[in-house]
Amino acid sequence: MTKKQIWDYSPAPESTDHIQLKDQYDLFINGEFIPAVDGKYFDTINPSNEKKIAEVAEAGKADIEKAVASAKKAYEKTWSKMHPKERGKYIYRIARLLQERAREFSVIETMDGGKPIRESRDVDVPLAAAHFFYHAGWADKLEYAFPGRATEPLGVVGQIIPWNFPLLMAAWKLAPALATGNTVVLKPAETTPLTAMKLAEIIQEADLPPGVVNIVNGAGETGKFLVNHGDINKIAFTGSTDVGKYIMKSVAGSGKKYTLELGGKAANIIFEDAPIDQAVEGIINAIFFNQGHVCCAGSRLYVQEGVADEVIAKLQKRMESLIVGDPLDKNTDIGAINSKMQLDKIKMYVKLGKDEGGKIHQTACSLPKKGYWFAPTIFTDVSQSNRIVQEEIFGPVLAIQTFRTVDEVITKANNSPYGLSGGVWTDKGSKIFKVTQDIRAGVIWANTFNKFDPSSPFGGYKESGVGSEGGIEGLSGYVNLV
Amino acid sequence: MSQRIDIQKTYKLFIGGKFPRTESGRYIKWTDKKGTTVVNICRGSRKDFRNAMVSARSASNGWSSRTAYNRAQILYRVGEMLEGRREQFMAELTLQGLTNKQAENEINQSIDRLIYYAGWADKFQQVFSRVNPVSLPYFNFTLPEATGVVAAIAPDDTSLLGLVSIIAPVIAGGNSIVILASESRPLSSISFAEVLHTSDVPGGVINILTGYRSELIEHFSSHMDVNAIIYCGNNPDDQKLVETNAALNVKHVIQFPLQDWSNDKHQSPYHILKCQETKTTWHPIGV
Repeated sequence: MTKKQIWDYSPAPESTDHIQLKDQYDLFINGEFIPAVDGKYFDTINPSNEKKIAEVAEAGKADIEKAVASAKKAYEKTWSKMHPKERGKYIYRIARLLQERAREFSVIETMDGGKPIRESRDVDVPLAAAHFFYHAGWADKLEYAFPGRATEPLGVVGQIIPWNFPLLMAAWKLAPALATGNTVVLKPAETTPLTAMKLAEIIQEADLPPGVVNIVNGAGETGKFLVNHGDINKIAFTGSTDVGKYIMKSVAGSGKKYTLELGGKAANIIFEDAPIDQAVEGIINAIFFNQGHVCCAGSRLYVQEGVADEVIAKLQKRMESLIVGDPLDKNTDIGAINSKMQLDKIKMYVKLGKDEGGKIHQTACSLPKKGYWFAPTIFTDVSQSNRIVQEEIFGPVLAIQTFRTVDEVITKANNSPYGLSGGVWTDKGSKIFKVTQDIRAGVIWANTFNKFDPSSPFGGYKESGVGSEGGIEGLSGYVNLV
Repeated sequence: MSQRIDIQKTYKLFIGGKFPRTESGRYIKWTDKKGTTVVNICRGSRKDFRNAMVSARSASNGWSSRTAYNRAQILYRVGEMLEGRREQFMAELTLQGLTNKQAENEINQSIDRLIYYAGWADKFQQVFSRVNPVSLPYFNFTLPEATGVVAAIAPDDTSLLGLVSIIAPVIAGGNSIVILASESRPLSSISFAEVLHTSDVPGGVINILTGYRSELIEHFSSHMDVNAIIYCGNNPDDQKLVETNAALNVKHVIQFPLQDWSNDKHQSPYHILKCQETKTTWHPIGV
């Protein structure tokens, strides 16, 4: 049942000549690159071909001690005493340097994480630079952000970020923390450490005072040392709801603050009066953007009955034209799954979906032999109680259900422990505002999906998190109001 | 010569706009300082709390979808009704240990606090909403939205003002609430329920329980349908318990230390925001 593509695309690989990668990366502590105390390194690989790219120092307890001590010293001696205007200028510098080296960062992001170059080039890197640029300007204007109150920084912030948008998440975390006067120890995800280490080079180049930003790599153990360190004043975390809950329990009674951006299972709702072709494009973007490794992915599709057959047929047709393959190829729509662990999880859920009675449809694309790959997948004939409808898969797997009335679909959409995002597709303005108001989620896209901006707050309701990132709301997570 | 026998008041729970006794059939004897006046207070149970949660959840949508103007008027009405029942509260507050002057202050400030938050009910959203200048052709706006159902452990050292200072910002923001009244001074808290009952506050929006903090705090903080938990007090074990249990379903945790609630710095629109979520909507601009 292979379908031939109408057009064949010639390969259009992005050049990797201009990137500078070392074989080995150390920890970035107190403005310097230093090896871990116990000398450990781990490999980071390219998930599209399983080849080792570099090895990265793994931070243990002693390294976290050093990083936190350096952040604390920088907070007390330099950063909290600096005029906010000057703080802002440092952040502007980072934004500028990142813009200048955008191409290099895009290529490395794609090599280390598996996402299509088109996305790292057009979304991740420019948005990361935009985040630094936007927040830089807040540094000396905070009194206008919180009417009637003055702000003070929290101190040393521990930040733990995921592997789906490595550089962008680093920017989301660092920019507001620095603008508000905090110092940081940042831990990138263990499968995607490289762009953060490249960012450390930029931070060094920008002459940021030593210790203001420290970057330590490692897996869950390293994260635990950071979360439980006594001199940390706040933890900012993006990742799974399970780890978020662990963090809440760990910091209970310690007086540490936290903001959490956790999992999601967004409802994407298509009404009969929606512009169908546009909606189909939107559904594709909602679930297949970044291989579905998106906490706000539109992974639950609700189609109104009258257009269900049409939408599903068009969706299947459109899926066939998605190009799955070499992430560095500029034509590629869907890149590699980030890790073997994540691939196994996706496979587990797809098997579960079939076992639960769902009807599966996968595209007939051929997948590369080496690396971690998964074909775009949709399930129909599923119900609310199915685990693939309830649980976050974090992969290119869409579960489709139908509905008749507005009340019904809102009830179904809200029947989830998550509440991060949602989508609504209709040409009727009043219906948009009714549905966006009633969906219990932090970010709602009307007739679009997966749009982001530094000025636009992003955060979840219910088990999708605590606090927001971006905009004025994002600043509030990094200050005490006095 | 026969002496008239006083009619003693029965203090009951306030759940879903009704005054039930605790389902557990248990009670606590409450005596004044001299140990003379004795009333029975319901010793609320886990089941009472769960019943109150059901009421609060079912009232939540209706309350949050009322107009801000309407919520403001109802809060104002609560203030009016309290003003009209000063004598009763004077008697109870002095019975619970306040001097006449202190009692009068507490009543005045409780009324003023209600009026303060009545004024905010139709303004905080305006003050804390934004249109965000995104770099894409979208109309993008952010506004605060009620988190849903709030469970609260009221301050123990005040019978009325602490309770009012916790409830008012929560409901001004469109949430419903289940609150455990002061354990040592519960009388005016339950009498305040009678004020609420006659003030157009829809049943279930505010639920007031009495009982032992040590028994109920576990249930308040671990219930899976609670969106935010407020704890008032300085007990580190309680604080840790509340924060730990909040992780079960990622509740918001709001804590207030023991403090003099009569100070005006303890009223703020930022208290309303503590029980609000942030919703951002993207809407395309085009033809």
